[in-house]
Amino acid sequence: MTHQILLAGFGGQGILFSGKFLAYDGLIEDRQVSWLPSYGPEMRGGTCNCSVILSDSQIGSPIVSNPDVLIAMNLPSLDKFENECVAGAKIFVDSSLVDRKVERTDVEAYYIPATKMASDEGLSGLANMIMIGYMIKKAGVMPYENVEKVMAKVVPAKKQTMLALNIKAVELGYNFD
Amino acid sequence: MAEKVLMKGNEALAEAAIMAGCRHYFGYPITPQTEIAAYMAKRMPLIGGTFLQAESEIAAINMVYGAAAAGKRAMTSSSSPGIALKSEGISYLAGSDLPALIINVQRGGPGLGGIQPSQSDYFQATKSAGHGDFRLIVLAPASVQEMVDLTFKGFDLADKYRMPTMLLSDGTMGQMMEPVSLDMGEVKEYDKSSWAACGTKCEREHNVVNSLFIQPDELEKYNFERYERYAQIEANEVMYDEYRMDDAEICIVAYGVAARVSQNAIDKARENGIKVGMIRPITLWPFPKAVLNAAADKVKSFVCVELSMGQMIEDIELAIRCKKPVLLCNRTGGMIPTTADVLSKIEEANNIGGDK
Repeated sequence: MTHQILLAGFGGQGILFSGKFLAYDGLIEDRQVSWLPSYGPEMRGGTCNCSVILSDSQIGSPIVSNPDVLIAMNLPSLDKFENECVAGAKIFVDSSLVDRKVERTDVEAYYIPATKMASDEGLSGLANMIMIGYMIKKAGVMPYENVEKVMAKVVPAKKQTMLALNIKAVELGYNFD
Repeated sequence: MAEKVLMKGNEALAEAAIMAGCRHYFGYPITPQTEIAAYMAKRMPLIGGTFLQAESEIAAINMVYGAAAAGKRAMTSSSSPGIALKSEGISYLAGSDLPALIINVQRGGPGLGGIQPSQSDYFQATKSAGHGDFRLIVLAPASVQEMVDLTFKGFDLADKYRMPTMLLSDGTMGQMMEPVSLDMGEVKEYDKSSWAACGTKCEREHNVVNSLFIQPDELEKYNFERYERYAQIEANEVMYDEYRMDDAEICIVAYGVAARVSQNAIDKARENGIKVGMIRPITLWPFPKAVLNAAADKVKSFVCVELSMGQMIEDIELAIRCKKPVLLCNRTGGMIPTTADVLSKIEEANNIGGDK
């Protein structure tokens, strides 16, 4: 089983962190993992993306060009990557920031107003983890019961106050529908 | 076995250098390798090591020369244009028979180029890292684990043969995270007392570290000696990996990130019934000539996949004595060939006959 996941949005939305979260799950489950960020001038306020591959067999290219899971946290990301997804891919859209629907009919589209939910719940800046929670529910990339254990590994020691908030954000997304 | 950790290639490499006993790092920031310097800046002061951000790449390589001359394991890292600036110092290291590890996390060129991954410094690393008759051992990692293992190995080879060694990586390897084991075993110590300029305590003759030999016969003698050592390295230190080569009719040759992409394409092509495999050089110098030449007697064609306009392809053609056609699948300037690009080149290679 291999998941080719592409997470995309603006710099500052926590795209790389949410990718890291998935990668750490792979690590503790002893799966093959790769995490590759886009880097360069486009990161500074512009679009940002991150390739994560979780697999039970050896990973070749770490570059996800044709994702089976896409998280799009802004319109440019959906515009850029919708057509790159494989047929049958699951596309997750932050509907509070993206005002259009997925146009392809051979993929499964999921909409969640993650950014609005985050600000309503006092989880400002954690829309990324709401997206992850919803994605875990619908795409089954990692077991939900791993969330707390993985979060403890990925939230840095200096930011332990963020641990419970991040877990709450994932829960919120997971229980969205 | 030690527990695996998830680390960025650049950071894992830096930690491996420390574990290999490197306590002297000199660098100058440049994307996409800056995490190496940042990591060293954090770690070195905690373990009694030296991190120094030099005023330029040229200063950094000359500081490496100084530390290496004193018998210390020293390292510098940079990316393509920065390595070009270091070339004078690299030649001096080679001419003075000094061990050191030089890291190149390649980006697109020529000139200031771009900051995305590239393999267009192959010629520079393997043929012309500086002026004069000399070689570098050139190691090409294709995973974060190999960033670690080859850093460790690179220091060892440098000491063993008293020469500068280069780790030729690229932006992808530097920036990606993969699970990695930092369990590398014992560091082998080499006796440097016969040549290192580390203080005589007035108890012995001075050791002189120098690359200036005005008498041509003397300089020639040193060059001959050095090339005898190079011959030993070519005989003993070649490293490569084979992937699905057993019954292969087409042989891909690729290193670093290009090999990772090729692996996907090989699996896809195999599903379509095309017998294709890969020989992945891990040492770019010494180049795995013998295994390629032997493969040329079995396969009908080769495909060289690289992130340059075609540099390693020349070494492949030489290694196989042009016995079989070698196709090039490449992108450059910071672009990376896709699995589909490699697959279509494999199909093209499959459609040509056996003889050139």
